[in-house]
Amino acid sequence: MEELDSSVLDGNAIGGLLIEVFGTEMTTATGTCASCGSVSQVAELAVYLHGLGTVVRCRACDAMLMTFVQIRGVTCVDLQGLASLT
Amino acid sequence: MAGTAVRGRLTWQTATVGAVFDETPRVRTLMLELPGWPGPSAGQHRAGQHVDVRLTADDGYQAERAYSIASAPGEPLAITVERLDDGEVSPYLTEELRPGDVLEVRGPIGGYFVWEPGFGGPLLLAAGGSGVVPLRAILRYRGLIGSSVPVRLLYSSRSWEDVIYRAELDAASDGVSVSRALTRTQPPGWTGYARRVDKEMLAEVAWPVADGPLAYVCGPTSFVESVASGLVALGYPAERIKTERFGATGQ
Repeated sequence: MEELDSSVLDGNAIGGLLIEVFGTEMTTATGTCASCGSVSQVAELAVYLHGLGTVVRCRACDAMLMTFVQIRGVTCVDLQGLASLT
Repeated sequence: MAGTAVRGRLTWQTATVGAVFDETPRVRTLMLELPGWPGPSAGQHRAGQHVDVRLTADDGYQAERAYSIASAPGEPLAITVERLDDGEVSPYLTEELRPGDVLEVRGPIGGYFVWEPGFGGPLLLAAGGSGVVPLRAILRYRGLIGSSVPVRLLYSSRSWEDVIYRAELDAASDGVSVSRALTRTQPPGWTGYARRVDKEMLAEVAWPVADGPLAYVCGPTSFVESVASGLVALGYPAERIKTERFGATGQ
């Protein structure tokens, strides 16, 4: 596992983006990592804000859980790293 | 779905900058006038929430950032912004923006890093640098509603000049005690802590686990990680430690 970079944020920072995508408050939702099975509230996940997109990783195994890329006002969402999100 | 009103959907709104206050040489509080911002009523924001701020350049380039709400639920909207020298947004907000200017805001946002009087206590609030902003909203809300929950605030800054809300926190009393750490420089006669927050400091300041405390930790990632792990080592249950990490430096 890579050492967490000092610029890493958490799921609180993408509360607005998540409302945009899911239509409701999601930072208190519970996500399960498809790689290691860790269960965590979205607010506690590791979030990397890059110029082109947003990457959400598991704090236990560093697996990529969610990615969001915005292109011309359309948000592309990849949730394949999550076993569940409830 | 564009143009369709969806329940719970956020919309960007135009806010007008009202009064501005310089908190420190690098930190400014902006009062934002937003039509429809809920006053003291159902639908008001929750203490600890944030808003997203969006700036659009002449060429159409847009930058968005999340800023904690500095005011209590029911008060007019205020945000407090720390200038990051290599930032895209904060230098504009802290140096260029004038009363009467407009910017785009959406919110309130967040359901995790929030405080309600029913959550129990006592409260331990731990702030690194501008991480004090949402904790100040919690303190103001506590005062506004007359809550008697005891609070200990541990606030780490680089220097005395970097302490945000200095007068307001000095005046805090009535069940609120403030412990300060200055990590880089200290004024003559300084009686507070003169180092980064560590386990020994937490052991001195934090409520005993037996009191059933609830902790809110906000600041740069390194600060949050070190305080949260220190509290876990003291026996705080993980579910009673709420964390929010800022991109900013300045603990």
